Amino acid sequence: MNAGDDCKQVLLTQADFDGELDAAKAAEQEAHRETCAQCRAVYENLTLVRNALRTDDLYQRAPDSLRAALPRPSPAKPAAKPITHSSWWPISNFGMGAALAAGIALLIAWSDTSDLTDRIVDDHIRALQPGHLWDVESTDRHTVKPWFDGRIDFAPPVKDLADKEFPLKGGRLDYVDGRPVAGLVYEHGHHPIDLLVWPASGTTAEAPIVAMRNGYTIVHWTEGGMVLWAVSDLERGQLVDFVRLWREAN
Amino acid sequence: MAPQSGPDSFETVVLPHLDAAYNLARWLMRGRDDAQDVVQESMLRALTYFPSFRGDNARGWLLRIVRNAAYASMSLNRGIVAVPLETPAGEELALSDPGDNPEAALAKMQDRRKLSQILASLPVELREVLLLREMEELSYKEIAGITDAPIGTVMSRLWRARRLLADAISSGEQAA
Repeated sequence: MNAGDDCKQVLLTQADFDGELDAAKAAEQEAHRETCAQCRAVYENLTLVRNALRTDDLYQRAPDSLRAALPRPSPAKPAAKPITHSSWWPISNFGMGAALAAGIALLIAWSDTSDLTDRIVDDHIRALQPGHLWDVESTDRHTVKPWFDGRIDFAPPVKDLADKEFPLKGGRLDYVDGRPVAGLVYEHGHHPIDLLVWPASGTTAEAPIVAMRNGYTIVHWTEGGMVLWAVSDLERGQLVDFVRLWREAN
Repeated sequence: MAPQSGPDSFETVVLPHLDAAYNLARWLMRGRDDAQDVVQESMLRALTYFPSFRGDNARGWLLRIVRNAAYASMSLNRGIVAVPLETPAGEELALSDPGDNPEAALAKMQDRRKLSQILASLPVELREVLLLREMEELSYKEIAGITDAPIGTVMSRLWRARRLLADAISSGEQAA
């Protein structure tokens, strides 16, 4: 069908069909269809598709097994959420030991930061696309740090850990929640580490928290008026080491 | 902290929309298990955020959580999903002719499995607006809120989804 190919007309017909027009406009459309075979045909097609879709056997209802396995609010400890999803790895003895050795509070967090964790991991994965990892490629922090001048309104702490086998590789400008953040890129045995930095809203320091998300490790903490998020596909212990070394370095 | 039971509890406000959550997840994800994982994770998240939920559209709120979880899962499992969104100009608004008798065409399309396959084969951006509109009967505005897209985009995606489905239905008629 070639007629009715006037975009506005088609979308108006559709909007009428979906009950999105006010009474006056809807009446206008209905009158128009009396004289326009093409719009009438469009309307019939929309009806055809709707009838096909609104059948009970296409609607997928939640199986009982899922209903039974759902997390429930716990009156005793509303803050402690049951950990049932497979992407939330149980704390292994090794991981716990490594984290304690590193002096880092290890929490498997289901907290308000959960959504942010998702976005940071997504951002990291996006950055892994060719050519996206860094805007300025340099192992020299005296090159990387000034590069951010004029691009963002704060000065991120840039440290090089090359002598600890976590060399600085570069930096990039990134966005988290619509706010520009500094992205520092480190590497460890060919595994890239993203360290995203932005100013904290308060001055309270927060100890590092470790989270796992679909095979990625995330460590976030607040210090020196900055929020810092490290994300990598490194093993948890290695990323925890990185964070410890980074915090100790000048 | 929200009450544990009563008219404002999670069980009363959010849980009734579990079917909607599962239906969306099931049509977004490839497999049944993936869909269940996505719903589990979404309900957990909904439970966490429920104390700060202030709106009156719990279904839209939950579906938005489900959609975000599904997209996150898809991008992690299969790499970044790249679906070409733009169709060539001219092709955009061509709706196949309904033929003499659309009802007859539909009658020949009784095989629901085939319809499922057609729906599942739509690009995910088109599939989600179509099922939110036709199965959940949500308004353009609600769909825009859930899919994080302007209303105009919702309208054109909806149109393209329906056109593809109508095409498939009438080609089923010709094949019959």
